[in-house]
Amino acid sequence: MVTALSFDIAHMLAGGLVLVSFMLLYQDRLHGLINTYALHALVLSASVAWQAWAQGAPHLYVTAAVALLFKALVIPLALHRIIRRLGIHRDIENVVGIGLTMLTGMGLVALSMVVMLRIAADADPLAREDLAMALAVVLLGLLLMVTRRNAIGQVVGFMSLENGLVLAAAGARGMPLVVEISVAFSVLVAFIVIGIVLFRIRERFDTVDIRALDDFRGERR
Amino acid sequence: MSVPAFDATVAVLAIPAASAALLAALPGYRLTARLNVAASFLTFLAALSLFSGARGEPGQYLFVDDLNIVFVALNTFVGFTASVFSASYIRHELETGRLSPGNLRFYHAMYQTMMFGMNLAFVANNIGLMWVAVELATLTTVLMVGLYRTHEALEAAWKYFILGSVGIALALFGTILVYMAAQPVVGEGHDAMVWTTLVEHAARFDPALLNLAFVFLLIGYGTKVGLAPLHAWLPDAHAEGPTPISAVLSGLLLNVALYAVLRFKILLAASPGAIAPGPLMVGMGLVSLVFAAFMLYRRRDIKRLFAYSSIEHMGIIVFAFGMGGPLANFAGLLHMVMHSLTKSAIFYAVGHIAQVKGTQKMADISGLTVTHPGLGWAFLLGVVAIAGLPPMGVFMSEFLIVSSTFAVEPLLAIPLVLGLLTAFGALVLRATGIAFGEPSGGTAASPAPASYAPIYAHLALVLAAGLYLPPPLVGWFRNVAGLLG
Repeated sequence: MVTALSFDIAHMLAGGLVLVSFMLLYQDRLHGLINTYALHALVLSASVAWQAWAQGAPHLYVTAAVALLFKALVIPLALHRIIRRLGIHRDIENVVGIGLTMLTGMGLVALSMVVMLRIAADADPLAREDLAMALAVVLLGLLLMVTRRNAIGQVVGFMSLENGLVLAAAGARGMPLVVEISVAFSVLVAFIVIGIVLFRIRERFDTVDIRALDDFRGERR
Repeated sequence: MSVPAFDATVAVLAIPAASAALLAALPGYRLTARLNVAASFLTFLAALSLFSGARGEPGQYLFVDDLNIVFVALNTFVGFTASVFSASYIRHELETGRLSPGNLRFYHAMYQTMMFGMNLAFVANNIGLMWVAVELATLTTVLMVGLYRTHEALEAAWKYFILGSVGIALALFGTILVYMAAQPVVGEGHDAMVWTTLVEHAARFDPALLNLAFVFLLIGYGTKVGLAPLHAWLPDAHAEGPTPISAVLSGLLLNVALYAVLRFKILLAASPGAIAPGPLMVGMGLVSLVFAAFMLYRRRDIKRLFAYSSIEHMGIIVFAFGMGGPLANFAGLLHMVMHSLTKSAIFYAVGHIAQVKGTQKMADISGLTVTHPGLGWAFLLGVVAIAGLPPMGVFMSEFLIVSSTFAVEPLLAIPLVLGLLTAFGALVLRATGIAFGEPSGGTAASPAPASYAPIYAHLALVLAAGLYLPPPLVGWFRNVAGLLG
């Protein structure tokens, strides 16, 4: 079942995910960021579904469906709603400039390719290259988190990071369902927690800018 | 137990899970606080019965061996004493209006859910399940840290949540890599995530993949252990949450993450081609120790002070396990147990101090032995123990760590001793300021003497361990130290 074509398509989709990760890096509006995240989840869903077909592993379709419904639809809609209801500023401040962020991102992708392709030289090539892409998505998600001051920006960064993990789990042939469900579940729980925290932040500070939190740090006098 | 179906492993999990559901539904302080204590006590009894019962074959999901039984027993014991302390602490918080009855229900349900998560992480025989359990314990503690909803508590909860989730995400990536390494050897599916199977076959795993996996796992779970430079969440989370949670975080949750690191260290040790995990752990441990020791001097908040002391001690423990060998592992295990007991006792005392004095700022607290003698001396005794003075148990474990380091790698003993002495100075300096001198701060009446019982019980155990370790216990620890390689 694993032909050269199915290989190429798997690569294209995983590469697409990395590309959308880059798109996340330069969004400077909250709504744009959330829409790009929805696209990220959509590409993930397609990629996982393709893996399900290529590996002949029907349980992965469930993961793909969860990604499509929950991450590409429910979460973005809920985030849009939170932004409207709370009247948060629409712009996102970056800690460093976009050019520098993109350059760092490229460095991270190169790093993950070098590390993974060399280390897993004798592993199954489909899984190996998938894993390299997944590592790149994870690292780009981390980069997104550190370059955003806005709480929602950080949440999106974290969720794109989790998408990278799902890609890695889907690429690992025959990985038990337990893990995929747990990842999906953890996103759900994480989202609830984040929702509560965000709501409380709004209750107390009238902003979701992380810098406002820093002023209350326990030991600053 | 006469019931044939009684399974202690299941009981250790089922009691907290069931009582979490029950406590979420019940109103009222008196009933729920008692129920919380009772449930924790039953869990502790169930954990003790693990020692006696014959052990079955390791299952697909759960198992018990010599290593995790120590962790489960310690976990449930401190969980029990913390629930006793929590009962008196929470009553005060309700009286002063810092917590509402609605918070209380939430708090107790979360407390038992957290105990469930931690116990599950210990007895899990599946690396995926272990990861889920650690995540569950993390999320519940995040919610508890934010319980007071003050600015500081929210910042602490947010920081803890973000750093904890990133750590846990990296740990999951490491877990997936371990599966990838195991899959060609063990085959696809569940078997490649069962820890006992993994260890059996680890010799034939791809060492390069295992190395990379361990780096992710060490950084991921290491964030939760509070190793520098990934410790930033720890002091805030300790300082701003309710004090029983600070005690549980320091005494137990850090151990859970440490346990996960140890499991994977054993896995790596079983694979001859992989890098030795020791030097990495030694390095991170030493950095944490020395860094935290110096940071101790700049603390103004009493709970932050002991949070940094926890980073310091986790550094020592990770260092000891990184050195490896029977003696260092033995000392590391002993130090972990002693630290859990002592640090939670100190947090119990600190909780009462903050309540009677009405502040957590150390500058505003002095003369405690004059105004509240029972509390003041308990606190002082706890600090003497944690600073590593004889005859307390912490002294013995630290002495063993230092002497075993001298025997193997004398140069490494220099930063180790330097860190220990620096931390010692800071702790003694702060503690004398709090315990002696002109009384200042609030003069609220002491809590009932009975609420000191958990503090003295812990310290008595630490003292007893410093004076005399019973041979069966030594034999048991030695056996476990051998397992750790």
